[in-house]
Amino acid sequence: MAATDRVFGAVVMAGAAAYVAGAFAIRESFLQDPVGPRTFPILIGAVAFLCGAVMALRPDPEPGWPGPAILARLAVAAAISVAFAYALKPLGFILPGAVAAGALAYMITPRPGAAALTGAALALGLYALFRYGLGLSLPGLPAGLG
Amino acid sequence: MEGTLANLALGFSVALSPWTLFLAVVGCFLGTVIGALPGLGPSNGVALLIPVTFTLGLDATAALVLMTSVYYGAMYGGRISSILLNIPGDEPALMTTLDGYPMAQQGRAGDALVISGVASFVGALLATVGLMLLAPLLANVAYLFGPAEYFALYLLAFCTLAGMKSSNQAKAALASCIGLGIAMIGLDNSTGMPRYTGGELHLMDGVDFLVAIVGLFAVSEIFVFIETHGKDSSIGVKLGKVVVPWRELGRSFWTMIRASVVGFVCGVLPGAGASLGSFMAYMSEKSIAGAKGGFGTGAPRGVAAPEAGNNAAAGGALVPMLTLGVPGSGTTAVLLALLMTLNITPGPTLFADRPEVVWGLIASLLIANFVLLAMNVPMVKVFVKVLAVPPMVLLPGVAMVSFVGIYSLTGSYFDLLLMVAFGVAGWAFRKIGVPTVPIILGILLGNQMEDALRRAMILSDGDWVYLFSSPIAIGLWAAAVLGFVAPIFLRGVLRTPEGPEDLGAAR
Repeated sequence: MAATDRVFGAVVMAGAAAYVAGAFAIRESFLQDPVGPRTFPILIGAVAFLCGAVMALRPDPEPGWPGPAILARLAVAAAISVAFAYALKPLGFILPGAVAAGALAYMITPRPGAAALTGAALALGLYALFRYGLGLSLPGLPAGLG
Repeated sequence: MEGTLANLALGFSVALSPWTLFLAVVGCFLGTVIGALPGLGPSNGVALLIPVTFTLGLDATAALVLMTSVYYGAMYGGRISSILLNIPGDEPALMTTLDGYPMAQQGRAGDALVISGVASFVGALLATVGLMLLAPLLANVAYLFGPAEYFALYLLAFCTLAGMKSSNQAKAALASCIGLGIAMIGLDNSTGMPRYTGGELHLMDGVDFLVAIVGLFAVSEIFVFIETHGKDSSIGVKLGKVVVPWRELGRSFWTMIRASVVGFVCGVLPGAGASLGSFMAYMSEKSIAGAKGGFGTGAPRGVAAPEAGNNAAAGGALVPMLTLGVPGSGTTAVLLALLMTLNITPGPTLFADRPEVVWGLIASLLIANFVLLAMNVPMVKVFVKVLAVPPMVLLPGVAMVSFVGIYSLTGSYFDLLLMVAFGVAGWAFRKIGVPTVPIILGILLGNQMEDALRRAMILSDGDWVYLFSSPIAIGLWAAAVLGFVAPIFLRGVLRTPEGPEDLGAAR
């Protein structure tokens, strides 16, 4: 029952404690003001710790997490996004864009043909819009080709 | 009064250039489309467009005109899917579904769209006039604010936002802390010492708030959609011929006026924003009309009230944002981010030093209203077409625009990764019930809040009592405590209505 908030509250408390500990690691400067660079982060950490404690002690009802199939889907979507972030600079926008947009479209509505078409159309259309319509300097093709 | 007119003349001289007018029209159109699309609200839409706008190299006035037109446009557009699909296009448009959808089911979708369009116009116009009159006054008061008062004011913004918007104070307060904590990352403003960078060079400049905003608002929306499996939006009711129902417009005239006033007041209050504006406007009109009013069964006045209310609140929310630099809602927080990106510091000095920006903005809001009225009444059918865009095209499109926007802004894959991380975190936070708007507000205001505290302590030589030394500061502290605690007791009486599950965006 209500495990999410208990776990999350505990995580927050641990994180807040680490944050406060991190504040003490901030080096003081010779430029000194009465507050210094540590006080405000310590205040934030303390309040966050309290919030975590309240959440752990008085949890809300469980939020209804999605099943493993959907979670896997979300993980794949996140992985695609990360891969796209890495690929954008070396490979340009069009190829990774088509793959990523197509894959995301497939995640939302699993119809392979339509998804592939959506991906290709979005990549080409948006590239044309950004490059020629708005004049952004966006690499289109893999470095060296475009 | 004369001063106001002179200022307004200055504003129109800025805003009436063909280029600015063109941007206003483009912004209104984009805004209405964004508002009409279910799942893309004003905050997400404006957030999505800021990086793109910024890389276009528009000057401050032009960028502001464009984005505020988008903002106002999204407030207009939200009603379209509320009425036709029973899915609010954005959160404030939720109340419009109550009478708008029943009207559409009775075959009066056209009437509902026209009435709500006119109501939006009345609300937004009155609010812009209110902004014109109230903002300079508040700007004068703001001159009395020292660092202690500003610290209390920031605290007030966090407290009321947390109190009003969340069903759990601890989670809302935590959201503020997360935002403030992220703001601390990077070089300390006053001593130049690195904080929480972990030696990572990319973090020395801190976390760019635009990365956080686009991640939390736009990218997380994609994950939410995948989870809910993108319930395919398809037009549920047919829209016949659109004619102007003059009699019913006349009958709901006073409703629109009253709802605008209520909405504007709600908008000016920090943390309340447009959702509360439309809610209060609807509830007050419902009680005025009584049982005979037929509210909830497709009453025209039930469509007019929330739309006038939420558009008036959108205008009202600009008052604290421009005069004090403290946004009252998610979207105004995003607009504040825009101002900061453009190196404009909102606050009383903005009115004195850059009158052309403020008044140009106000003048363009007035113009935008007329453009929007023209777009949203005679041309409403164009926007109805937008609803036919399937999520499988829309959401990947949003993702691509997010990536390109951030990439062309910063040119770094690290920021893209950070954006995805914010997207995933945003999805999880929405699941757990941690609101995302205070996080953004924390990232935006964190450094200023700390600066205010430190300057106050320098003035008082480290005496903490100084924070409570002026009547204004004490008043703000009291309001902050009240704003945070009172909703706990009022929750049973005054509830912000719950949105549908797939609409958790940016509340």
